Amino acid sequence: MSLELPTTVPLQAYLALAAILFCTGVWGLINSRNAVRVLMSIELMLNAVNINLMAFSSYLDGQLIRGQVFAIFVITVAAAEAAVGLAILLSLYRNRETVDMERFNLLRW
Amino acid sequence: MTIASSTQFLCFAALSAAVAIGALGVVLLPNIVYSAFLLGGVFLSVAGLYLLLNASFVAAAQVLVYVGAVNVLILFAIMLVNKKEAMAEIPGLALRRVLSGAVCAGLFVLLLRVAFITPWATPGPEPIGDEATIRIGEHLFSDYLLPFELASVLLLMAMIGAIVLARRDVLSADIVTGEPADQGLIEKSRTPLLLETPAPASPAMPTPVLEKR
Repeated sequence: MSLELPTTVPLQAYLALAAILFCTGVWGLINSRNAVRVLMSIELMLNAVNINLMAFSSYLDGQLIRGQVFAIFVITVAAAEAAVGLAILLSLYRNRETVDMERFNLLRW
Repeated sequence: MTIASSTQFLCFAALSAAVAIGALGVVLLPNIVYSAFLLGGVFLSVAGLYLLLNASFVAAAQVLVYVGAVNVLILFAIMLVNKKEAMAEIPGLALRRVLSGAVCAGLFVLLLRVAFITPWATPGPEPIGDEATIRIGEHLFSDYLLPFELASVLLLMAMIGAIVLARRDVLSADIVTGEPADQGLIEKSRTPLLLETPAPASPAMPTPVLEKR
């Protein structure tokens, strides 16, 4: 038996990178005070999911690349989400004149 | 180890370091403009990772949609809401950060465990190269036709919704009285509606009276 180096980047490396990106996004989503930064954290999380989809598509489904189609749909939904989220943020800013997440407590008990 | 594979490893290491450090910078930097530019860097590095995974079409879509549209949109939003404001201190903020950091670290360990324990039946990456774009087109127009059309409807709805949400009131006539109303297109100072600071004069917004039906 020989401990030989892998000739290609293993699948687990992509999964670990996506995990790092996703956890960073979750932390930013919870802890950001600025509403724009919350939207940026959501984009980070969506990108992490996309990396996972693309890695699985290339490594496990190399001929029918269904993961890439799913990644394209995720990109579409992310673009729509960014547009609507920033529009909500603008109208919120116009009404409350702040972007501090702690002061958006209209629906709090 | 051949030159090709070592090049691949080097590219992967550089791109993943850029992604990880850039993501940390997006979350942690105090200046949000730097965060937005770093977010663009993260998107570009992710596009590079897609190129490593033999997905040139999705890499191009990533650059066009994320870097070209979403990042620019975020920069415009920062420009529109960029007001220096002193965020009020919250008691227990540090504790909250540490606790959520612990939760995220736990989630990270869980994900790593799943990734490394599961025996992926991996045949390895199969390079199909330029075939990928053809294959995506076949998918989009045969078995993923319904989601494709739904995505178009979704984009239309998002566009109309964003316009409705972000525009100012442009009613030219009052609905009730029919008098010509201020179009409100010009930026002017007005009392914010829902601030909790007590307004000096009358309350900023009268409580709406619900009609009984």
